[in-house]
Amino acid sequence: MRHLLSTGDLDAKEAILVLDTAAELAALTDRSVKKLPTLRGRTVVNLFFEDSTRTRISFEIAAKRLSADVINFAAKGSSVSKGESLKDTALTLEAMGADAVVIRHPASGAPHRLAHAGWIQGSVVNAGDGTHEHPTQALLDAFTLRHRLRQGVGDLDGLRVTIVGDVLHSRVARSNVLLLSTLGADVTVVAPPTLLPTGVETWPCAVTYDIDEVLPTSDAIMMLRVQAERMQAAYFPSAREYSRRYGLDSERMSKLPQDAIVMHPGPMNRGMEISADVADHGRSVMVDQVANGVSVRMAVLYLMLGGSMEGAA
Amino acid sequence: MSDLVLRGVRPLGAEPVDVIIVGDRILDVVAAGTASATRVIDTDGLIALPGLVDLHTHLREPGREDAETVATGSHAAALGGYTAVFAMANTDPVADTAGVVEQVWRLGRETALVDVHPVGAVTVGLAGVQLAELGAMASSAAQVRVFSDDGKCVWDASLMRRALEYVKAFDGVIAQHAQEPRLTEGAQMNESALSGVLGLTGWPAVAEESIIARDVLLAHHVGSRLHVCHVSTAGSVDIIRWAKARGIDVTAEVTPHHLLLTEELVRSYDPVFKVNPPLRRAEDVEALREGLADGTIDIVATDHAPHAHEDKDCEWGAASFGMLGLQTALSVVIETMLTTGRLDWAGVADRMSIAPARIGRATRHGQSISPGSVANLVLVDPTQTWIVQETQLASKSRNTPYAGMKLPGRVVHVVKDGRPTVVEARVVLDGAVAGSRS
Repeated sequence: MRHLLSTGDLDAKEAILVLDTAAELAALTDRSVKKLPTLRGRTVVNLFFEDSTRTRISFEIAAKRLSADVINFAAKGSSVSKGESLKDTALTLEAMGADAVVIRHPASGAPHRLAHAGWIQGSVVNAGDGTHEHPTQALLDAFTLRHRLRQGVGDLDGLRVTIVGDVLHSRVARSNVLLLSTLGADVTVVAPPTLLPTGVETWPCAVTYDIDEVLPTSDAIMMLRVQAERMQAAYFPSAREYSRRYGLDSERMSKLPQDAIVMHPGPMNRGMEISADVADHGRSVMVDQVANGVSVRMAVLYLMLGGSMEGAA
Repeated sequence: MSDLVLRGVRPLGAEPVDVIIVGDRILDVVAAGTASATRVIDTDGLIALPGLVDLHTHLREPGREDAETVATGSHAAALGGYTAVFAMANTDPVADTAGVVEQVWRLGRETALVDVHPVGAVTVGLAGVQLAELGAMASSAAQVRVFSDDGKCVWDASLMRRALEYVKAFDGVIAQHAQEPRLTEGAQMNESALSGVLGLTGWPAVAEESIIARDVLLAHHVGSRLHVCHVSTAGSVDIIRWAKARGIDVTAEVTPHHLLLTEELVRSYDPVFKVNPPLRRAEDVEALREGLADGTIDIVATDHAPHAHEDKDCEWGAASFGMLGLQTALSVVIETMLTTGRLDWAGVADRMSIAPARIGRATRHGQSISPGSVANLVLVDPTQTWIVQETQLASKSRNTPYAGMKLPGRVVHVVKDGRPTVVEARVVLDGAVAGSRS
């Protein structure tokens, strides 16, 4: 694995290798001394052009548990806010010898550009680009699904996963549809027609406008964050109406199969896409997702920089 | 004794002849090898076309001389086979007064490689609120006849109506950049399945087509002529075809890049492919070629849009819209229209010289290759191919989408007003071969 830009670049074998590696690393770090020496002497830069404390911290912990040197380069308070371009920032990081750059950027394709414009030599991990993709989120979701519903082994063949919300603007949805379908899951996306992208019918998933129709056949349901500001642009009439038609409350939750799980990439809008009682329910796995995020990100950095596991692309 | 003889040229691909030039005019066209002069350019069967006319060029001066100047853009135009270009108004300051259009016109006269016809802004500052002093620009030394807010759409229907009406007094034309602004807020690429996958905000075809539909109806209502800039969708071609069938006085242009390139190139996220209107689907490219062949689309115009390196060497979202086009336009038209049999040389001459000169009222251009015509000519070798290298173009900028591509056809000589401006693919200034900028 040279870069991780899109989950569409992973085949099932590669994706499973990441999940298996994450499981091994999770077991190894499940000790009082959590650190492994694997990436000692390597430098990982977290280059964040958008605020995302959660994702940034997750990557930071992942890199530190592998003993890498970690540099956090946030847009605010740095030269980036003084008008330095992505290119100049990249050249600076290159000169400082970054082995991997973890980038979060508001522009779709910025990680792709960073990886392919010839500015840097190191590996690039997409930590969320605009409304494009967020591959490590999808990997941690796949890890969580496999751990909870498949005893932590194999692929997700036949698992029924429903993704609900602002698919149009969601990088989490894009990465998940690609990755989960590669792993064999049957994915359905649910949204009002205004929040579905053009061409969604060509995606490897089913599409419906009606959440109630798919609840009884969902082994897992993933609620996407919906920004209330979207109603300014007339994507839906009001937060209340969105919540009534697409929000997951306890009544809707009762229609899910007995052992179905509820997922959310965070941060949640309680009362909007998810009610507080559902968010705090025992079958809601948001805390697992966060914990698994560290393991999956360790696996990605390990496979990218460790080079000791064969078979990765 | 004549001043210049072009020996053995093939006008519009016909049998070879000698073209005799005296002063700025063609004196006679005689049997090949029979004319003599103080200066003879032996062309060995090159194709002769009337000098090309670009109705849509951005020369960036005044304001962005780091990206292009009237002089460097004129060099690129001459090397591309042009003898006249229309310089768009979205400079800084905007060309919305007689003073600015006269400045651009004068800079063109000083460079003297092509006739630079300034385009006047329709509205003050391109803001779409108040009409610019169209009449003052029309009666200035620059003799403006084409008015456009290009880069921005005249979206206010009432204002568009008034502009269409007002310019009738001096035989002007409104060249509309058809882009419904609310449907394209934050738009980055063609709206399609691909934009959904790439996570780039879509630019729906309907944003272009709805404005064209409105404008042809407005033009019909007030009896004015309308020109549609850079048509990019199959639906736009249909609407214009419908309007022409109804007798509405509308003309339209297509860019070379919309005749050749598709949105698939956006997969690279390389901003060299970021352009307004965006690259569309293969079906649109096909419809545009068909429309250009059957005359629904009247002309090819480059929308030559130079941008400083830093405005393209960045992430997609931060990059400027636009591509270079002057030096590659004829080759792209040969590739897409001539070698495919959709147009012959007479058709190429019509779409790239005669029709644009007529629309822009550039009366000294687009004339037939016959005695009495102004001697504005381009001589082309259709058998040569070349590989586009961005560092070897005359433009100050490098944002060509064709870098590395092999294209057919080379401009060998250009004669403007009876005087060679390009000889052996090099610009000539005051009779001497100038070193081309690299």
